[in-house]
Amino acid sequence: MEAQFLIAGFGGQGVLLIGQLLAKAAMHQGMNVSWMPSYGPEMRGGEANCAVVISDEPIGSPLVTEIPVAVVMNKPSMHKFAPAMEEGGLMLYNSSLIDIRPPREDVRAVPVNCNAIAEELGNSRTANMVMLGAIIALTGVVTIDSAMEALKETFGPKKAHLLPINRQAMEAGAKAAAAV
Amino acid sequence: MGQKMLMKGNEAIAEAAIQAGCRFFFGYPITPQNQIPEYMSKRMPQVENGCFLQAESEVSAINMVYGAAGAGARVMTSSSSPGISLKQEGISYIVGAELPCVIVNMVRGGPGLGSIQPAQSDYYQSTRGGGHGDYRMLVLAPASVQEAVELTQQAFDLADKYRNPVLVLGDGLIGQMMEPVEMPEYVKPELPEKTWAATGWTPDSDRERAIINSLYIDPNVLEKHNRKLYEKYAVMEQTECRWQEEMTEDADYVMVAYGTTARICRSAMRKLRDKGVKVGLIRPVTLWPFPNAPIQAAAKHAKAFLTVEMSMGQMVDDVRLAVDGEKPVAFYGRTGGVVPTVREIMDEVEKLAKEGK
Repeated sequence: MEAQFLIAGFGGQGVLLIGQLLAKAAMHQGMNVSWMPSYGPEMRGGEANCAVVISDEPIGSPLVTEIPVAVVMNKPSMHKFAPAMEEGGLMLYNSSLIDIRPPREDVRAVPVNCNAIAEELGNSRTANMVMLGAIIALTGVVTIDSAMEALKETFGPKKAHLLPINRQAMEAGAKAAAAV
Repeated sequence: MGQKMLMKGNEAIAEAAIQAGCRFFFGYPITPQNQIPEYMSKRMPQVENGCFLQAESEVSAINMVYGAAGAGARVMTSSSSPGISLKQEGISYIVGAELPCVIVNMVRGGPGLGSIQPAQSDYYQSTRGGGHGDYRMLVLAPASVQEAVELTQQAFDLADKYRNPVLVLGDGLIGQMMEPVEMPEYVKPELPEKTWAATGWTPDSDRERAIINSLYIDPNVLEKHNRKLYEKYAVMEQTECRWQEEMTEDADYVMVAYGTTARICRSAMRKLRDKGVKVGLIRPVTLWPFPNAPIQAAAKHAKAFLTVEMSMGQMVDDVRLAVDGEKPVAFYGRTGGVVPTVREIMDEVEKLAKEGK
């Protein structure tokens, strides 16, 4: 089994965190994982992305160049990564900020209304966790419980009070994706 | 072994160094290795006698390393390509004075300031000494974060064993990538006492006063000194060569690649094997000394070799020296910070097969 993800958006949307939580959760489930960020002279509002590979074998290339699962949080990312997708791949996109469908007929497209769902829950900053919930629901590569465990580690005791709202966001995202 | 943690290559190397007893770190910022000094600046003050210092330049940092190494401390510096070039004078002095230290180079595209993306174009510089004069350094090239941890710790032991700098050669990808790491319980091997260290001497000491020096005015004395260095290098060549081989036994085509590129080759190898192409991989772990033996052995049965690098072709020279004309050696490289893809490497191997090589 090998799952590859390319997760992209603008800096500040938490796309690197989505990837880290996927990787960490899969690691806790006993899988081999790699997480590779784009790096460079980047800043809040600039472009950010990461590649995540999860496998039961040792991981070869940590880069994802023919993308089976793309997660895009803003429109420029959709335009950038749609051409690099595998035929028959899956693209989850943040329909709160992207008002078009992916420019590829051979790709399964799933809109997730991340920002709107997060705002409804009362914390707009959990939009990325809504998307993570959707990824989990559609790929089954990790469980929400293990993703929450990973988030607990990442947050530490200082941010532990934010865990319940993040779980709600993941669950809402999972529900939304399952309904598409 | 402790618990598995998801760590960035740069941070894992820094922690591994501290676990191995590194107490002095001198550096100057440069992408893509900044998490090493950043981590050191946080962790060093937490450990007993730990010292982190951001120098005013790379030249200054390597000379601080020279000083700490001369006093017998476990000391490290890290940088990326342009910064490593600046350190070469100091490295040459450290070799001349026979002092141990660990240097990390997270290679980026060059020449000049180049790019900040991963590259392997410092192979020549790394394996041929780098600075002026007759010398070599042990060069360890990790292909995963876990291996980066293990090689960094071994680098300190090897540096002490041979009284010579050891270079850990990664690239931007190894530094920036996160992978699971189990931090090993560091056990210091038996190593000779540092009687040469310029520290703790008093007039009634029962040893000679230590003098740290790389200047030998008399050519005959310097020649003798250089021959002594090369005796050490001969021992390294015999005992420290490391590599990893995968699926070479029945391979028609053998890829040779190190570090990040070897991982991409491994992915290409799996896909090609699924298609029935008999391809194998030799991954040098030490770039100097270069593992000639497995390449010579593979040359007996393979039809051809493909060297893959993130450069215009540097290690391929060493592969050709090892193969010694017995079989064709092809090359595929991307440069300037561009990373080759699995598909590109598959195409190159299939091209060899089609040409009937």
